[in-house]
Amino acid sequence: MVTPSLVLFYLAGVLTLGGALGVVMSRNIVYASLGLIVALLGVAGVFLLAFAEFLALVQVFIYGGAIVIVIVFALMLTRLEDFRGLSDHKQWPLAALAAMAIFGVLAAAIARTAVSTQERAEVGFTVLGERLFTDWAVPFEVVSLVLLVALIGAVVMVRPTGDRN
Amino acid sequence: MTALEGLFYGLGAAGLLVFLSGTVMVLTWLERKALARIQLRMGPMRVGPHGTLQPIADVAKLMTKEDITPSWADKRVFWLAPAALLMPALLVWVTIPMARDLVLRNLDMGLFYVIAVSVLSVMGLVMAGWGSANKYAMLGGLRAVGALISYEIPFILAVLGVAMLSQSMDITRIVDDQRSIAYIIVQPLGLFLFLVAGLAELGRTPFDIHHAESEVVGGPFVEYSGAHWAAFMLAEYINTFTVAALVVLLFLGGWRWPAMPGDGALHTLLSLIWFLTKTYFVILAIFWIRGTFPRLRIDQLMAFAWKVLVPLAFVNILLTGLVLYYDLGWWVLTILSLLSLAAAFYIIFGRYGSRAERMTVRVYSTRELGLKPAVRPQAAPPPDGSPVQVDKAPAAGA
Repeated sequence: MVTPSLVLFYLAGVLTLGGALGVVMSRNIVYASLGLIVALLGVAGVFLLAFAEFLALVQVFIYGGAIVIVIVFALMLTRLEDFRGLSDHKQWPLAALAAMAIFGVLAAAIARTAVSTQERAEVGFTVLGERLFTDWAVPFEVVSLVLLVALIGAVVMVRPTGDRN
Repeated sequence: MTALEGLFYGLGAAGLLVFLSGTVMVLTWLERKALARIQLRMGPMRVGPHGTLQPIADVAKLMTKEDITPSWADKRVFWLAPAALLMPALLVWVTIPMARDLVLRNLDMGLFYVIAVSVLSVMGLVMAGWGSANKYAMLGGLRAVGALISYEIPFILAVLGVAMLSQSMDITRIVDDQRSIAYIIVQPLGLFLFLVAGLAELGRTPFDIHHAESEVVGGPFVEYSGAHWAAFMLAEYINTFTVAALVVLLFLGGWRWPAMPGDGALHTLLSLIWFLTKTYFVILAIFWIRGTFPRLRIDQLMAFAWKVLVPLAFVNILLTGLVLYYDLGWWVLTILSLLSLAAAFYIIFGRYGSRAERMTVRVYSTRELGLKPAVRPQAAPPPDGSPVQVDKAPAAGA
């Protein structure tokens, strides 16, 4: 039976896959980054259909908003000619193999997971926040430590060395 | 979702689109009139009484104007950019209420939704800047990314302060929580942060470095004309209206504060009028700021975001958290917030104002620094006297 949510699911899937194919197939690096934003928004759509509204918004906010924009920002500072022939690099079979391996692991993991027969239910973000900051406080802090390390690394990398000349 | 619900949402979205377009037309007229008043001019006077029909004439002009594509532009990116900017501006209004129950869909995480979706609009500016294959547009796009990413942080942190006070991200609930006291009284610092960061997000003077006419001749939109340029302007004015509406909803008590009489349809109508009145006051203040302050330089703009607004936003959250945790009265937060606002103004105007050179860039010559002049490799002219080869077209147009 075709329900609206099924149609939307396929729509999100087409967006995700289409965007992802655009990322790897496009010969124009800017088109590739625009494909990336489409793919990431498609994933947000899948989250939304799984009633994970908070995750969907985080996906749009962090990936769609921050990460892709920083990527595009960096691309705008470069010349397009520097990236000619990026998508037909001679290592592509290796990359394809690695991608297939990751896909295999994920697919196997998903196939082995027992499908819950429970009714899908919304988890309010208040509940999510409570769990995150009580039961999962330590992993949360560890993740923020990673960000701190990245920040310090960035500062170290741009720190001027030696004299002005 | 039933067919009836679908019809309801469809009609609601169409109504919202008409309402927002109408608002934009009013705003363009209002801005020209307000700026004219400030500059002792008359503003538009020819079309209709006091130029009130000017927006209609403008729309007619823009729609019939030739739509030019630069020959080096990346066509697809160039044409997608206005849509990429306009979409988030419209999507945000799905969850912004104008009165109780006068909202397309009230979301539990409305505030977070508004922030997450509005972040996407930067993409439109970047695409316009890159796709135009124009150096000024490109520089404007780069400036837009830098400024918008920086000012997003104080913007979001200011919103977080309000969410903490109300313990909710549901905009209708935040308004309801202000029935006895508006958050402008509780958190004046928050309002200051939100308004300043909001102005920067909009790219309005004094923060309009990404379309600074004297520097990048209009920024990402230089190459656009006609209907596509109109789409950019539509997005800009809708965003202005959005920020003003959010100021009203989050800090000025929306339609609830002070009391709003009546119930049922009458209450909704009165609420809408009250909400719009407040919003237009905020918008007039925004125009007033535009007419008053000169534009900040780009380094001042970034320094102001990271050295003043971000620390202040953290102070705001810290104070709010302390007051909530120790369950002190709200008047304590009012006083603390006002004190930190005063301290901030002292730092901005007292310290930087009196010693203006602190905020300016001093360019030293190599002699002043006691350094050897740097030797720059210079391209030797070709021996046969042919002209130096000029770079080909900019990167776009693969």
